[in-house]
Amino acid sequence: MTDAVLSVHDLRVEFLTRRGALVAVDGVSFDVGQGEVLGVVGESGAGKSTTASAIIGLIEPPGRMAAGEIRLNGARIDNLAPEALRRIRGRHIGTVFQDPLTSLDPLYRIGAQLVETITAHTALSTAAARARAVSLLADLGIPAPEARIDDYPHQFSGGMRQRVVLALALAASPELLIVDEPTSALDVSVQAQIIAFLKRLCRQQRVAVLLITHDMGVIAETADRVAVMYAGRVVEHGPVRAVLKTPFHPYTRGLMGSIPRPDADVHRLVQIPGAMPRLADVPSGCAFHPRCPHAFARCLSERPNAASRGESEVACWLEDVPSAATEA
Amino acid sequence: MLAFILHRLLQGLLVMLVVALIAFTLFRFVGDPINQMVGLETSLEERARLRQQLGLDDAVVVQFGRFVWNALHFDFGNSFQFKKPVLDLIAERFPATIELALVSALLSLALGIPMGVYAALHRRVWLSQAILALSLVGISLPTFLVGILLIFIFSVSLGLLPSFGRGEVVQVGYWTTGLVTRSGLKAIILPATTLGLFQMALIVRLVRSEMLEVLRADYIRFARARGLASRAVHFGHALKNTLLPVITVAGLQLGSIIAFAIITETVFQWPGMGLLFLKAVQSADIPVMSAYLLLVAFIFVSINLIVDLLYAAVDPRIRIDARSG
Amino acid sequence: MADRSEAGRAIAGRLGVILESDVVHSFRRSAVTVAATILFFVILCAAACAPWIVPQDPFDLSQLNLLDSHAPPAWMQGGDSRFLLGTDDQGRDVLSSILYGSRISLAVGILSVALAAALGVVLGLIAGYAGGAIDSAIMRIADVQLTFPAILLALLIDGTVRAIVGDQRSGQQIFWVLVLSIGLSFWVQYARTVRSSTLVEKNKDYVLAARVIGISPAFILFRHILPNVMGPVLVIATINLAFAIVLEATLSFLGVGLPPTQPSLGTLIRIGNNFLFSGEWWITLFPSIVLVALVLAVNVVGDWLRDALNPKLR
Repeated sequence: MTDAVLSVHDLRVEFLTRRGALVAVDGVSFDVGQGEVLGVVGESGAGKSTTASAIIGLIEPPGRMAAGEIRLNGARIDNLAPEALRRIRGRHIGTVFQDPLTSLDPLYRIGAQLVETITAHTALSTAAARARAVSLLADLGIPAPEARIDDYPHQFSGGMRQRVVLALALAASPELLIVDEPTSALDVSVQAQIIAFLKRLCRQQRVAVLLITHDMGVIAETADRVAVMYAGRVVEHGPVRAVLKTPFHPYTRGLMGSIPRPDADVHRLVQIPGAMPRLADVPSGCAFHPRCPHAFARCLSERPNAASRGESEVACWLEDVPSAATEA
Repeated sequence: MLAFILHRLLQGLLVMLVVALIAFTLFRFVGDPINQMVGLETSLEERARLRQQLGLDDAVVVQFGRFVWNALHFDFGNSFQFKKPVLDLIAERFPATIELALVSALLSLALGIPMGVYAALHRRVWLSQAILALSLVGISLPTFLVGILLIFIFSVSLGLLPSFGRGEVVQVGYWTTGLVTRSGLKAIILPATTLGLFQMALIVRLVRSEMLEVLRADYIRFARARGLASRAVHFGHALKNTLLPVITVAGLQLGSIIAFAIITETVFQWPGMGLLFLKAVQSADIPVMSAYLLLVAFIFVSINLIVDLLYAAVDPRIRIDARSG
Repeated sequence: MADRSEAGRAIAGRLGVILESDVVHSFRRSAVTVAATILFFVILCAAACAPWIVPQDPFDLSQLNLLDSHAPPAWMQGGDSRFLLGTDDQGRDVLSSILYGSRISLAVGILSVALAAALGVVLGLIAGYAGGAIDSAIMRIADVQLTFPAILLALLIDGTVRAIVGDQRSGQQIFWVLVLSIGLSFWVQYARTVRSSTLVEKNKDYVLAARVIGISPAFILFRHILPNVMGPVLVIATINLAFAIVLEATLSFLGVGLPPTQPSLGTLIRIGNNFLFSGEWWITLFPSIVLVALVLAVNVVGDWLRDALNPKLR
């Protein structure tokens, strides 16, 4: 994508331990365009959150970004000085972390937290910033925002807190929004509202959204394109419609099989046997081969590169989509 | 919030009651009060008459009630050692100890908190490592040793500061203060430093570890992700969250300082309650011991209560009940 | 035969796992901690072997000679090579006094911590496991006691015993009164920590399973829950040991601890304090150095232990 808002190329993140360097993200590449939602999906431990941390430059030691390029609107941001990177955070990239409760400082009113974010990135006065904060809360569907703006985080319910956190991430009108598991802690009705909000954000304000989740259902509803991650690598990457309808990579097929579909004629949910490998025990060749029903000799020794399969890119040695009959 | 206050008040009362019980038991049953008050030649009839006069033959509950009643009127009887009312003895020494305690507490907080914050924010700088090492030494040095050392250096060798006494004091109503005279100020420096050093080391370590913990919190990460300046993150969010539990500890420290004053007052011959208490322990002067116990318990309970209230006032999670929506 | 060699291999294997673990690794990497541990063990061994290695028995009155008194350390003018660190006003060898003194200081410290830990752990286990009224009662007592600093409690107990028994107590009796009063002052922190750990462990599957099978509560507590709560207890005990040693030294310095006939390091410092200003600094300085070295060593190890066992830092 040539005019992508976010462009990640060959990203590699390592953790230095006394047993050597553990690779958490191994050669990940993707783009997010203006007004589009890229979903990054995979089980826990796949490296999704680490990728997000790397993009905003908040990897904690002993972790570090070892290789790759990250570009925002064409300009490299991974090699910036800390102060320059700080100015980008919030102003150009908004981030929402996994737990909305712990993301908010319990001792500060949410109004104060909103105003400090706005005044850090814009030239607005405190009064103007406060007015903007109120309108942000209103946009997100928080009732009586002029009153609630002076409340403390513990006075909000889970769904409301998620909205407050979103408001904080969007306070300075960034071009890119990274959301990590925005719906995991919420009940279904609130989930639907948040998803609707994100889609509106994309369509109306042309914000690029990087949506990280383990829930394929959320991807199906929200994303335009999807990247499937496994053991720090992208195994399948393409338009949501295509990947969902004809998943190619055996791991993606496994994930799809685990989505409950009331209309389909299935008797049991498919479960992928085994578990995501730990960082210290990543298998050689294709990292998925121990759990793959179609693995053959080459999968054990050589790591597959991304190759075109229809509308998607897949990192797999299989030439054709395996037939359903060969799967458990 | 109201429930919280009531609960704390009741807890304080419970502690006072238990302490009163212990003080009473000491007072009445440890050793024989009569023996302390009379000579060896007094006849048995004299002693029996004295017992009845003092109400020592009444039911224990009655005696306890009388004890509490007297205590509330500040009547603790006479000291065995000095033959004076215990109240007078303690009252004249109370200001000395409190002044010493307050100055030490202020010193330890004023120096300890900044050092702890610095050590947490600049972990890898050598100064932080030095602060950490010094704080370790600080908690390993017994208070009396620090006192002896300071006296040796500043009094004996350099002759700069006095090694005993309070200097010149000024009477202000009931209170006597040494803080307004030059000699008084010189006299309080060494004792206050001695008393405050251990507490300062504790505070440095506490503040540092608390702040390191806070800096790992999600809301700090989120603040950074929002692009807030380091100053806002460290001295706005991190510091506020760090100091909250430190309030509790600082308050409890004041109580600890009052207790440790016993040592400092001994080394420096500082005319305070602690020295009085020590002499009472050495000569088994029960009335003084039990009165001191009650007074100190009252001070500690009050400090605990004030600290709890302060904490509740500052922490919005306790002050304001959670609403849903 | 085969059993024994297999067992031997198993032990060697387990030892290997321990030696390779992160905890031991962090220990070996920290030079300061290693040095502190060595120092502690040197003092411990010297103190334990005191009766056999002292150049002079400072409590055998027949060995003392007043003509030897006030001698400075051996390397100074007027010093005597028999008395390496000098002598005090009674002609007692300072080095020997320190060896015996360390012995008593360490003994009081270790025994009182053992008492506090035993009492606190048992009460904590009971409070956490039983819950209800027993738990409340124990915690109330703990709260009341926590209002008071340890030194106050120790002084109080000491004063009370003194009032009951009178002033003529042998060094032996004072020793045990000190162990008791210091130990009783410190049990609360163990109880609290163990109680909260017990509350967590109580609801875990392995405990529920054991109860279902019908294993007695005492057995569950000691065989299953206790090993899981030992980590924090060990950390507290180490830091506690340092405080206990300091507290005993303080009490002895104040005159309400061990007497000159059976002195601890604190008593020695008190004796020496009388001569500090007449220029005989060695009587106070050397016991002070040993005391501080001992306490510092224990604190360094305690600090390292706390960091090493802290799951959040791993």
